Amino acid sequence: MKADLQFDFLVDKENNTMTIRREFAAKRKLVWDCHTKSELLDQWFAPKPLTTKTKTMDFREGGHWHYAMVDPDGQEYWGRMDYQTISPINHYTALDGFSDESGSLSAELPRSNWDVTFTDAPGRTLVQTIVTYKSPNDLQKVIDMGMKEGLTSTLERLDELLLTLNEQRKEG
Amino acid sequence: MGNNQSALDSVFHALADPTRRAVIQRLGQGPATVSELAEPFDMALPSFVKHIAVLEASGLVGSKKIGRVRTCTLKPRKLAAAERWFGEQRALWESRYHNLDNLLSGLSGEKQ
Repeated sequence: MKADLQFDFLVDKENNTMTIRREFAAKRKLVWDCHTKSELLDQWFAPKPLTTKTKTMDFREGGHWHYAMVDPDGQEYWGRMDYQTISPINHYTALDGFSDESGSLSAELPRSNWDVTFTDAPGRTLVQTIVTYKSPNDLQKVIDMGMKEGLTSTLERLDELLLTLNEQRKEG
Repeated sequence: MGNNQSALDSVFHALADPTRRAVIQRLGQGPATVSELAEPFDMALPSFVKHIAVLEASGLVGSKKIGRVRTCTLKPRKLAAAERWFGEQRALWESRYHNLDNLLSGLSGEKQ
């Protein structure tokens, strides 16, 4: 990645919201395609070392993407992105939820609302994704699950800082 | 763990700065005085003291003044699951978008 590509990650606790803004060195149409075509989503959506696998994709208002993130041991974490509004190459909104392999949504875990906007910047494309949970309680449920399920434990740590703190906690 | 949203905010803010992360790392090895902590940094003491104040406000660091010397200690239990989760969400998006950079540069290359 070019060092000067903007990346902002903002947390707004009062509104249970994360705002992620990122620039990409590509035309808006191509960046849009990468967000909306499953054969392209499969190549980037899961963070390393996980991979993405699409079961079904129906990118239209009222349709959904049923996908899994697969860890190196083959454990699958299923999700479902239900598309609500689509305005090609500008904007879409969706509900992202946890599901099972059959595509049934989790009854216990809340969905988050995604609001994704694509805009032109000089020589690049800016993507803004606003992820919102309905309530602090909804957000807390997802955080608690994340801690239990170990999906996040396979991700890179915040940085070595957290490792240091964990070591200290064990010793203390 | 409670729903203390403003406390979560201040911890996240505290960890967003490299100087403050370095201070936390140093305190991971044990308590230190403010002047010991300031030594590695090319920074005026008043500016450095502001960083310490942010860390204290976040609850990550505590301090005690004995005579003229203020000693800081780490309070790691304050680093609750929520902060870690947000940190991991950030790492997730960074990794995801790094993948997308690679994909886009491959796709752009194909078209030319």
